[in-house]
Amino acid sequence: MSNVVNKEVSKMKGKQSILFKNPPYIIAASSVAGKKEGEGPFGHLIDTVHEDVLLGKDTWEEAESEFMKEAVEKALSKAELKSEDIRYLLAGDLLGQLIATSFGIAELKIPFFGLFGACSTIGEAMSLGAILIDGNFADKVIAVTSSHFASAEKQFRFPLGYGNQRPYSASWTVTGSGGVVLSNQKGKKIEGATIRIRGITVGKIVDYGIKDTMNMGAAMAPAACDTIKVHLSDMGIEPTYYDKIITGDLGYVGSDILIDLLKEENIDISKNHMDCGKEIFDQESQDTHAGGSGCACAAITFASYVIKQLQDRKWKRVLLLPTGSLHSKVSYNEGNTMPGIAHGVVIEAEG
Amino acid sequence: MADKKKADIGKVVREKDPKRRNENYNKYVKQVTPKNSLPKNMIAAFFVGGSICTLGQIFIKYYMYMGADEEMAKAYNTITLVFLSVFFTGFGVYQKLAKFGGAGTLVPITGFANSVAAPAVEYKKEGHVFGIGVNIFSIAGPVILYGIFSSWILGLIYYIFS
Amino acid sequence: MWKGDSMEYLKAFLVGGAICALVQILLDKTTLMPGRVMVILVCTGAILGALGIYEPFAKWAGAGAGVPLTGFGNALFKGVKEAIDKEGFIGIFKGGFTASAVGVSAALVFSYIASWIFKPKMKS
Repeated sequence: MSNVVNKEVSKMKGKQSILFKNPPYIIAASSVAGKKEGEGPFGHLIDTVHEDVLLGKDTWEEAESEFMKEAVEKALSKAELKSEDIRYLLAGDLLGQLIATSFGIAELKIPFFGLFGACSTIGEAMSLGAILIDGNFADKVIAVTSSHFASAEKQFRFPLGYGNQRPYSASWTVTGSGGVVLSNQKGKKIEGATIRIRGITVGKIVDYGIKDTMNMGAAMAPAACDTIKVHLSDMGIEPTYYDKIITGDLGYVGSDILIDLLKEENIDISKNHMDCGKEIFDQESQDTHAGGSGCACAAITFASYVIKQLQDRKWKRVLLLPTGSLHSKVSYNEGNTMPGIAHGVVIEAEG
Repeated sequence: MADKKKADIGKVVREKDPKRRNENYNKYVKQVTPKNSLPKNMIAAFFVGGSICTLGQIFIKYYMYMGADEEMAKAYNTITLVFLSVFFTGFGVYQKLAKFGGAGTLVPITGFANSVAAPAVEYKKEGHVFGIGVNIFSIAGPVILYGIFSSWILGLIYYIFS
Repeated sequence: MWKGDSMEYLKAFLVGGAICALVQILLDKTTLMPGRVMVILVCTGAILGALGIYEPFAKWAGAGAGVPLTGFGNALFKGVKEAIDKEGFIGIFKGGFTASAVGVSAALVFSYIASWIFKPKMKS
């Protein structure tokens, strides 16, 4: 049998993209974060802010699990659903073997896909969740991720007590969790415009040989550039199609590099580019150097700030592009580079 | 300056050979990544490091005044500085000083002590044996290994030639 | 105790500070991690000690040369040398740990006790 694609039902678009026939609805989004995030520029939009990021638990990892559990429960309550109503849960975090996720969502008893995309995980989760819904494989899914400054520092850098000086290019891991509920039907409670995922572009790993773990923005920028290039070509649109092109956590350094790389390819996103890492913290007063990072950076920024702009009809079309660096402490010690990846999710407001 | 940056990024995007492209990208990134202000950091390191060393000198003089000979006074000074470093690490103060002082807190023996205390406190959650025991030297281990190794090699050379 | 000693304190401050300022250049201008920098310092101290440069420097500068990790490296070699002079070949194996015993024991013991008392603190 030859590789004949039935063009009638094919939702494949271009090389790496999908255009949904039944674009899933984002019927709720939730965000739970720590004190520093709560004190950030859109801290007031975050659903729950916790002063003590240990959340009364014994370990940082358990605290991160609790953040994720709270984010899912909040999303359910905002969507007026129970955990039994959710067909599948797609989630991941930065820790080895995804322990924050597994222990966090275990009690919810929702069939679960564990994902690893580093800081691009929310993009991966939303993409796969949207595929499940559009393909009629599920009616309701939740996509959620978490990260925690303390657990990430312990795993990737140094114990909290160690006196090290962060360079300007280093980023600050966001503490918290953000999630969305996707559905094949419009939500019952409508606050403002209806939000839908119109399509996705799946990223490929792009590695330009950066070995500096204190400069992740530079490591991930080429991946973001590649996904944007492919996305615009696959969909046959210009960057101006979007009110905002929102990268995950390239930070100040990575964002400048991305704009440069794209300009060289005659793609100009300087007017409508936004980066969650730059937005989530106030660089000056919060001393966060290159910006925020971690799975929760894009997730919380989307679930609190971006979704509000869409609901309030300030923006109509955004490309959410969470970015991740797929290295580990071992790969770094063994002298390897930091491969980057970026997933694109097309989110539009209608009505 | 802006034109040079444009030229460098062009070398990255248009380079077909991945190895050379990566080299060009690394060069470009080094150029565009803003660095911390070196003079400011050097001055801070100078003050913090100098102060810690002066504190050490005060302790040595004090112990000698209390009757110890010079070698014993230096040993007691080491114990005192290590104690203070661990103490302030526990309260989260040493890290705050390190953020400002950089090398000024890394270079003195107090930096070594901080690098032992920090994992000890952090890894207690993973147990005494597999948490603290295994990880206590996770930062300082190399200092001990290469310190002993280099003095061993130099000692061997000294032994052979004397 | 304090009379006539102000020169010593000044030397300790200036020399210690200068060593730290130089190392700051390494930290800022290269991507070297702190662990690697500490190793470089200790080995440099040992080598300079073996070359006979560090000891007279330490005698002049006092704690300004003794407190930094380079001083630790010098102390390690000094210990090995003295052990070899006293006990011959076996001194090569004995001297290093003997010289570093006080510092390492203090760090281990106090840190372990600290783990009983203190909890890790979130950064802000």
